[in-house]
Amino acid sequence: MADGIRVLSLSAWFGSQRVLRNVFVNIAPNEVTAIIGPSGCGKSTFIRCLNRMHEVVPGARADGRVLLNGEDVYAPGTDPVTIRRRIGMVFQKPNPFPTMSVFDNVAAGLRLAGVRNRAALHEAVERALGQAALWDEVKDSLGKSGASLSGGQQQRLCIARALAVGPEVLLMDEPSSALDPIATAKIEELILELKKDLMVVIVTHNMQQAARVADATGFFLLGELVEFARTREIFTSPRDKRTEDYITGRFG
Amino acid sequence: MTNLGRRRLIDRLMRRLAALAAGLVVLPLVVIFGFLLYQGGTAVNLDFFTQLPKPVGEPGGGMVNAIVGSLVLLGLAGLLGLPAGILAGLYLAESRDRRLTWLVRFLADVLNGVPSIVIGIFAYTVVVLPMRGFSALAGGIALAIIMIPVVLRTTEEMVRLVPASLREAALALGIPEWKVILRVVVPTARAGMVTGAMVAIARIAGETAPLLFTAFGNRFWHQGLDEPIAALPLQIFAYAIAPYDDWHRQAWAGALVLIALVFLVSLVARFATRRPGGA
Repeated sequence: MADGIRVLSLSAWFGSQRVLRNVFVNIAPNEVTAIIGPSGCGKSTFIRCLNRMHEVVPGARADGRVLLNGEDVYAPGTDPVTIRRRIGMVFQKPNPFPTMSVFDNVAAGLRLAGVRNRAALHEAVERALGQAALWDEVKDSLGKSGASLSGGQQQRLCIARALAVGPEVLLMDEPSSALDPIATAKIEELILELKKDLMVVIVTHNMQQAARVADATGFFLLGELVEFARTREIFTSPRDKRTEDYITGRFG
Repeated sequence: MTNLGRRRLIDRLMRRLAALAAGLVVLPLVVIFGFLLYQGGTAVNLDFFTQLPKPVGEPGGGMVNAIVGSLVLLGLAGLLGLPAGILAGLYLAESRDRRLTWLVRFLADVLNGVPSIVIGIFAYTVVVLPMRGFSALAGGIALAIIMIPVVLRTTEEMVRLVPASLREAALALGIPEWKVILRVVVPTARAGMVTGAMVAIARIAGETAPLLFTAFGNRFWHQGLDEPIAALPLQIFAYAIAPYDDWHRQAWAGALVLIALVFLVSLVARFATRRPGGA
């Protein structure tokens, strides 16, 4: 059952411009997978294809197969809404809903999916905030506006919001690039904790971050997956010359 | 040093000019308001808000029917115009059909520029003539047509201002697009949308031309929405061109009340747009 994500011949376009070329990769369950590469190499597009967020952009389309525990995310008739409930996402800049309180932010996914039971909502919110290591900091101010939290707290609020829906996979698009080192460390700790319950795929610009949190790492360049291997291997003995050039800082 | 001195001089000159310009902008409003207070202030009393107009030659009386009439017309126009304008604005902001939205936007701008008297004639032709009579309904429809493009464009602009990141965050939670729009996008844009609605209401509150041959005016209480109804701007017009001093004073008072009404609406809009902070 839980055999992770298998990506078969995935390509993606913005209009006529091809930004992903024939990506094949197996992402293992209960692991953290990092995606690295220079700006514009397609790493964000890649993870946005996994939960069908790529097609939200006008003119964008994707082609290929993405098997989540054996089920094709792109199978005809599949509703992207149900896919996104199973594959959550956290973005580069913290983006809590400004009109909602901390509680309402975390409850939003369930509430808007039709959950009315207050006890169930409370339980889910507390669990998600606990998972995101934010409960102790906000438990006395659940009614406050989500926008009143610090940047690091806002990002953990967004993680809690994504977790509350109960996803099998959490995609993170440079989740700490807008945060200071302390807030970044907290997010990284959290990622290692989350690994016990779900798959995490994280896009990062920061190679040290990839080395710290990821079990496996993929290197993208110009829309191609150049190399995918255990993180240790990528950083100590990369097979491809281009990977080596990138991680040794020769470009990007 | 001389260079610095010259720059300081120009700086001071420009600041004064800018302040002067700011003052000039506010001046007309202050003068109008002061003049209205001076001319009409004495005629604004309890009778003005509670009494019907007195027959010609009898002094006193009020404009309660016109005040209520204006509120009824604004209510009707709002009831018809706000939902249409808001929904169309949402459509323009959210639709991906570029050509159709371009066309609608262009036509809305044209409609916005159509003189209000033309809209009055239109309402006369399509409502008053078939119904065989002037009516509050016809006036409300004319005013609604005037407010729709204003509401539509402000709604569209405000919805477009909602950051794409919020939309994406909501979509990524597995929320269907229509719920994302209703529960995340609209609440975020609400303050601006309310301002737009208020501005539109303030705009039509003073419209006279489109009411001349739709609502028509009435010296008594209106008997129903299919009957002629009094409105402040119409009453002001009728009284201002009449040859009686008492009526002139009442016209001034009516103008004062009308401006106060617009002022009040703007004030409410200001308060409504303040973001709820903290709790």
